[in-house]
Amino acid sequence: MPAGEPLFAFESVSVGPSEARRLHDLHAQLPDGGLTVVGGPSGSGKSTLLRLCNRLEVPSEGVVRHRGEDITQRGPLTLRREVAMVFQRPVTFAGTVLDNLREAERSCDEERGGELLERVGLPPSFLARDAGELSGGEAQRACLARSLATNPRVMLMDEPTSALDAKAAEVLERLAQQLVADGTPVIWVTHSEDQMCRLADHLLLLVGGRVDRAGSAQEVLDGG
Amino acid sequence: MEGDVGYVGLAISLVLVAVAVGFSLRLRLRLEREMVVSVTRGFLQLLVVGAALGLIIDPDTPLIWSWLWVAGIVVFAAATVRRRAPAVPGLFWIALVANGATAVVGFAVAFGLGIFPVEGRTLVPIAGMLVGNAMKSAIVGAERLVDALSEQRAEVEARLALGQPSMKAARPIVRSVLRTALSPQIENTKGLGLVFLPGAMTGLILAGVDPADAVLVQLAIMYLILGGTATTSVITVLGSVRRLFTSDHRLVALPRSTRDVG
Repeated sequence: MPAGEPLFAFESVSVGPSEARRLHDLHAQLPDGGLTVVGGPSGSGKSTLLRLCNRLEVPSEGVVRHRGEDITQRGPLTLRREVAMVFQRPVTFAGTVLDNLREAERSCDEERGGELLERVGLPPSFLARDAGELSGGEAQRACLARSLATNPRVMLMDEPTSALDAKAAEVLERLAQQLVADGTPVIWVTHSEDQMCRLADHLLLLVGGRVDRAGSAQEVLDGG
Repeated sequence: MEGDVGYVGLAISLVLVAVAVGFSLRLRLRLEREMVVSVTRGFLQLLVVGAALGLIIDPDTPLIWSWLWVAGIVVFAAATVRRRAPAVPGLFWIALVANGATAVVGFAVAFGLGIFPVEGRTLVPIAGMLVGNAMKSAIVGAERLVDALSEQRAEVEARLALGQPSMKAARPIVRSVLRTALSPQIENTKGLGLVFLPGAMTGLILAGVDPADAVLVQLAIMYLILGGTATTSVITVLGSVRRLFTSDHRLVALPRSTRDVG
């Protein structure tokens, strides 16, 4: 892996049929470290860009690189375990929280499960809880713990607080910052300017499927 | 009783169709046109089939015509499944293999083990019963699979995002879809004799066959149908789910669930 390569680079990337592009000839780089916020209004292509990073979406044109390597050269299953994702709405699977963790790591025992829950601020007693009966905030944290079970090197978070109340949102923001402090870069999608200002080390603002502004949070916010 | 209905009797039985149309009008179900079309179409189709069957079961008619008829049943069933779930790419061929497999396995048991003699009068009706019932479950399976993957896209993508291969990510949905597709036939088999007396057995008894023999024939047919339904549903659903994911484990774009329409 070449040193100094961006975490993700988008080279002439377009997504969607030519008459209804969701991203248009996009050129952008996301730095390898810190918390990068991808912002912009609804329909600006933020989530599409995020989904390109773990190959849940593929470009119609152009190349996406992960630390310098064209991601089509990586097996999608390995890539997705390295580049984990938390979705807008918490999606828990049937069964207990431990069952959910085992969907990500088959050999997950109670000790490992307890460690994962601890990282998201939930007590080990939650392992036996029915995942379908958790509150929105608890479920989103359980989903984050499930994503962490694959030992990811990057965390993608697609408007993870949009379905949560203010207090639960604050907890999740803190957890994302903790991940960054522990050395896992986070890419966080949001349309909330307040959240951008609170969280971003780097910013990429999209409008209409194109880059509007990009750079360090200070540069972009001061220039805005 | 000689089973001699006649056209007058048939016309009288239409009273029940009128009752169904009346319900549809009264409850504004908008099904009356479809009911009339289906009754007319069924009438014409069965008249033609009745005449053709008369020719086929004639002992002087070469057996090849019966086999061609069976092939037609398999192809028509595949086309019907394909029409009902157009979102699945290549569903015609999947359903053709599924129905063909059911016919081959069913015939191997029914004729290979000597349960029935290989004659025009057995080939075509048994293929019709086997493939017809299997087709119904294949349609339920294919339709429900597309609906469930569309409705539960978020769950499937959450599993894919954990690095699960597409077939593993779809497994809970596939299980639930197959249970839905197979349940009616299992219930039918459970209810044998208690809820309904199946046609083949009733017909044989009416024709003077010993009820104990008639029961054995009917049981053989029901078991064949249950096996055929399972074979067709499993091949159709597993074949379809493979076509609804790309080779790099992404769920293809699907129409919004037909259950959402309202």
